[in-house]
Amino acid sequence: MNIDHHPSEALLLDYASGALGEGSSVVIATHLALCPTCRQVVRDMESIGTALMEDLKPAPLSGNIKPDIFNVPFAAQDGEETVSAPTEASLTPVLPEPLRRYIGGDLDQVPWRRLGLGAYQCLLSTDEDETIVRLLRIPAGKLVPSHSHDGMELTLVLNGAFSDSTGHYVRGDLQEADGLLEHQPQAAAGEDCICLAVTDAPLRFSSLAARMVQPFIGI
Amino acid sequence: MPIRQASSRNSQSAVLYAAVGESRGSRFVERTGKAVVKSLSAISKGENSITDNMEDLLAAVASTQDRDAFHSLFDYFAPRVKSFLLGKGTSPELAEEAVQEAMLNVWRKAHQFDPSKASASTWIFAIARNTRIDLIRKTIRPELDPNDPALVPDAPESAFETVLASKNAERIRARVAALPEEQKEVLHLAFFEDTPHSEIARKLNIPLGTVKSRIRLAVQRIRSEIGEVE
Repeated sequence: MNIDHHPSEALLLDYASGALGEGSSVVIATHLALCPTCRQVVRDMESIGTALMEDLKPAPLSGNIKPDIFNVPFAAQDGEETVSAPTEASLTPVLPEPLRRYIGGDLDQVPWRRLGLGAYQCLLSTDEDETIVRLLRIPAGKLVPSHSHDGMELTLVLNGAFSDSTGHYVRGDLQEADGLLEHQPQAAAGEDCICLAVTDAPLRFSSLAARMVQPFIGI
Repeated sequence: MPIRQASSRNSQSAVLYAAVGESRGSRFVERTGKAVVKSLSAISKGENSITDNMEDLLAAVASTQDRDAFHSLFDYFAPRVKSFLLGKGTSPELAEEAVQEAMLNVWRKAHQFDPSKASASTWIFAIARNTRIDLIRKTIRPELDPNDPALVPDAPESAFETVLASKNAERIRARVAALPEEQKEVLHLAFFEDTPHSEIARKLNIPLGTVKSRIRLAVQRIRSEIGEVE
């Protein structure tokens, strides 16, 4: 199935320039692993950054910088790369890198925690305090209570699918929501919908009932 | 996308990457010796001509650990990388420490350079950017793993566009120079001030939507031009 929902150019530029924080970068990098189209956009953006860099006035170096670097012993050519462990073709992981590194394994090793209403989540540990990154598992066919966001929310589908008023999202699709979007996503029938989501503020549920359980379910 | 499909596509891409790698290797060996001599003389003639030979210099570092080639890359890039790192009020001392680290990474990782994916300058720019994140901002940049079996590979035709990466970079450079000032300004803030688009809006005191549309217009303008030429 094709990816129809891509990150905005502004978001990809933040990733290409390096300005994007760790939490959002996990989601974008995982989308890039699934989306050759956006990978090419990011490569082109890196070329834009390069063009700008090459047009800068070069800053003179203080005299001793070059001898320093040449006195460092040359590192071995190997052993630097992080290569994925070899996997049998029949065992292609569901979760791409860099997400697997954060989970410590593939989907079958996710330490799920019950959220209530049949949903589960797993919080990812990052060095960034400003965002919360989590894997969410919504049972097939279930509705997530209607909510909006004080800040942004990026949601990347990894398994199954969901729909809301903005469209239908399948594996690789990314939804970029800001404070204005109020939505009620529904997982598609058939398979559980597993998403990687990053938020920079707590969600705001519209119904009183959902707001009352919110502190207990930890969203 | 169903998982089964991904695995069959992956084995196909593995073959593809192997083929590209092999052709790249033999071409490197053949070109490298002559290229370095040519590149070094190009430098003495002036800075502009060196950009044409970056790929050869980097190839020489990768294949024969050619120190002269590395010297040339260092002389050209280190002052530019330093300018890039000095953005956002970094002290000259820290900037130079980061330049050293970045250039050392160029040396160490030269064998990972893939001319079908990026021009040499862009590859070095990416290393400089990552060094800034690592050493100056002291945060982590999650990146995909090109060898990940779960990675959805590029379309086969693009894997063979070896020549185009550096050609693309040239075209992009020309298009960037021709951008309207207001679009160039947001790109400058993004890359040199290390500023996310939400902060650019605050800095320029314009609505977030305006920043987003300027970025979108600039990127589409630069990329659509490339599409047409191809």
